[in-house]
Amino acid sequence: MPILDHLWIIPLLPLLGSAINGLLGGKWPNKIVNSVALGATGLSFLFALEAVREFLALSPDKLPFAPQHYFDWIVAGSFRAGFDLEIDQLTIVMLMVVTGVGFLIHIYATGYMAHESGYYRFFSYLNLFMFFMLVLVMAANYVLLFVGWEGVGLCSYLLIGFYFLKKSASDAGKKAFIVNRIGDFGFMLGMFLLFRTFHTLDFTTLFAAASNPAWGHEAWGQFGTFTIACLLLFMGATGKSAQLPLYVWLPDAMEGPTPVSALIHAATMVTAGVYVVARSHILFVHSETAMVVVAVVGCATAFFAATIGLVQTDIKRVLAYSTVSQLGYMFLACGVGAFSAGIFHLMTHAFFKALLFLAAGSVIHAMGGEQDMRKMGGLSKKIKYTYRTMLIATLAIAGIPPLAGFFSKDAILLSAFQIEGGHPLYAIGLLTALLTSFYMFRLIFLTFHGKPRYDEHHVHVHESPWSMLGPLVALAVLSVIGGWIAAPALWGGTDYFASFLAPVLASPQGAEAVNEAAAHQLEIILAIVAVASALLGWGVAYWLYMRQPGKPEQIAKSMRPVYNTLLNKYYVDEFYSAVIIKPLMWISTNVFWKFVDVAAIDGTVNGIASGATNIGDIVRHTQSGNTRSYAVWVIIGALVVIAVIFFWPAVRPVVGMVR
Amino acid sequence: MVPTSYYLILSAVLFGLGVVAFVFKRNVITIFMSIELMLNAVNLAFVAFSQARHQSDGQVFVLFVIVVAAAEAAVGLGIIILMARNRQSLNVERVDLLKL
Amino acid sequence: MTPQLAVFFVLATLAVLGALNLIMQRHPIHSALSLIVVMIALAGLYLLMGSEFVAAVQIIVYGGAIMVLFVFVIMLLNAGVEERTNISKLAGIAGIPLAVALLGFLAAAIARSNESAQAGFESSTLANTKEISTMLFKDFVYPFELTSFLILVAILGAIVLAQREKS
Repeated sequence: MPILDHLWIIPLLPLLGSAINGLLGGKWPNKIVNSVALGATGLSFLFALEAVREFLALSPDKLPFAPQHYFDWIVAGSFRAGFDLEIDQLTIVMLMVVTGVGFLIHIYATGYMAHESGYYRFFSYLNLFMFFMLVLVMAANYVLLFVGWEGVGLCSYLLIGFYFLKKSASDAGKKAFIVNRIGDFGFMLGMFLLFRTFHTLDFTTLFAAASNPAWGHEAWGQFGTFTIACLLLFMGATGKSAQLPLYVWLPDAMEGPTPVSALIHAATMVTAGVYVVARSHILFVHSETAMVVVAVVGCATAFFAATIGLVQTDIKRVLAYSTVSQLGYMFLACGVGAFSAGIFHLMTHAFFKALLFLAAGSVIHAMGGEQDMRKMGGLSKKIKYTYRTMLIATLAIAGIPPLAGFFSKDAILLSAFQIEGGHPLYAIGLLTALLTSFYMFRLIFLTFHGKPRYDEHHVHVHESPWSMLGPLVALAVLSVIGGWIAAPALWGGTDYFASFLAPVLASPQGAEAVNEAAAHQLEIILAIVAVASALLGWGVAYWLYMRQPGKPEQIAKSMRPVYNTLLNKYYVDEFYSAVIIKPLMWISTNVFWKFVDVAAIDGTVNGIASGATNIGDIVRHTQSGNTRSYAVWVIIGALVVIAVIFFWPAVRPVVGMVR
Repeated sequence: MVPTSYYLILSAVLFGLGVVAFVFKRNVITIFMSIELMLNAVNLAFVAFSQARHQSDGQVFVLFVIVVAAAEAAVGLGIIILMARNRQSLNVERVDLLKL
Repeated sequence: MTPQLAVFFVLATLAVLGALNLIMQRHPIHSALSLIVVMIALAGLYLLMGSEFVAAVQIIVYGGAIMVLFVFVIMLLNAGVEERTNISKLAGIAGIPLAVALLGFLAAAIARSNESAQAGFESSTLANTKEISTMLFKDFVYPFELTSFLILVAILGAIVLAQREKS
């Protein structure tokens, strides 16, 4: 089993590509940088495919596949954290998404970034990101996962601030990294607690120990070990996956180039939090409190972000808030126990959100850099391929059957409905689905339909090159067929996905079909309701933006306070700035800088120096040149010696006194 | 019989007086003589201990002290003569060329 | 009050008075003569303790050679009355306290010690001179030879120092 023994090849190829491009690519023409970067990612994808094939061909007695230990990184006492890579069904899903979608986005980026300076730097960072993300999904212990976690945060910072000469871009990069670090603090505390409880951080050992029936189930309101650890891990996931309250970096992250937004902030990095929660599901199911928190936070974020997305005017901002909202759905799924549904939505979301971002990039490219939707319009005839692929993605995200989004969203809403006390979650989720459909179709109508609201003489709208359109088409195909592999049996599908992940993710609580027939009926009803809400959203958008173009303005005017609140993102950034950042800056300036650093530390060091000078000034007087005072010093010295011998008997043997 | 402690006290007193002379006199020859006084006081102590313990070591050492004092006096007085020639004064406070 | 004790007190008083005179006198020649008195008194004390050899050496070498040397130098240099300069402040202020402290320590050390044994004519098996010479030429012969070397060096040094400048 060649590849399964050498899993390290899969992450290492992008690292190699990154190093070559980063160190040597400065002088190379674009074509060579391309081949290195695409070659590394493509080969990684092929090797990943091969690994999947070999894994699926393994006989059942070899499963679960033991993690491969490559080298010992940390060995301290009985604790060992190594560079261990593993592969199981959950990793396979993530691996395919990361390498596959990543490869497509790399191809797109060769076209999109073709005229940018720093081309080699971009691909170096992108490959580095692939390396870290692959380490993250293939890690077999929390420590290595955290390495990947931090690494993708680093690459996110580097790539968001790619246009570092622009202050807003570098600020956005810093914001992303800092907010992520806040979450990482919680993640690390969670790791420490897990280590203290289980004395290991290897997944296999830890989860086996946690499955021991001796660990009771922690009810709602109890704050035992599992609850605290899971809440801390979730805090890290909140930062990385942009949930309340640490989502604030994601909209600003749109300052980065569009391929970055597609890859990192839609398909892969932001899903790392969902991956961690799914991977740690054994810990989460022990704690009802943690599950409730995850579900509520996910649901609230989904709704919250959707409301903000209703009124945004920048095309990428709308998509950013849409991402936050969809991530909320994934956490909602995990919170109600339907982990495989969450991962399923992760996969389909990767397809259609990446497609949306890439298509938006294509639109921006066509419009020569314009991102404000109010200045677009009537593009559907001019950039046909972009329009069609984007429309497919919008249908997918709105949940129209038989595209991918329908199946995954439906699975989530079904699980939310079936769980005890899940009806409010279901209701909010359904409302969010309606809002999602509305704002996505609003985006389509504003961008592609109606009369052009830009100056047609100055902006020459042109279709993108095939290097950009190819991936769009590929992703569109995936958005259509991606859901079919997991379609529940009801619709004629094989429910393959859930059963595929079953060895890793135990059967979800509350999603078991108690009564087959009743369950099927419920599914059909809920599905119809969901589709109806999606169509309602389309209808409202159509009416407001196609039939009555002046209506949105009127509504905005009549609800001016609400509109402004939504437009200003509920003033969350201003709130954070006033409550957290300003006091912190004040403390840093007045306490830590002026008091501790300048007065205390500098004062001490300077004080020692001036003390030495002063002492020297005093002692200088012994060297007076006057013989008589020298004589006195001799006597004083003799007196000191006699006094020491007299008062301190211990030195007498030293000077030779035998008694 | 005279107790040994009496001799020691006398030795101490003579030594102390030698120290006082060393500190307070300004004529370099007088200072030198005070050193001789101190040496004598120490000799007295040596002989007193030697007799108290019925060993001759102390007295042999006294001999050596006297020899060394003689050599020291010879060389020291030679230096004093030079100093008197160079500075035209026997006041030790006038020898201050090392002063800053 | 035994006769030895009386003699001791007389000689001790003489020694102390001589030392005090050394300090008090302003002309160095008077100080030198006072020092001679001290040495003679000490020689008497050595005799009292039964060390006749040391007493003899004290008078011959110390009194007869070294002090004579001092007197010669004083007369050669025509040393006058001492000037009263007070350049060193430290010596003026710290002198007496230091001496007092020194005396105090020594007195305390002596008081704590157990030396109250009697010293005097002892029934030693050998006469004093014979004993010293035996020890000197048997156990201490090496330092003895070194002292002769030391004297040679001192002679050379004195000659070199006292030379007139070659003009």
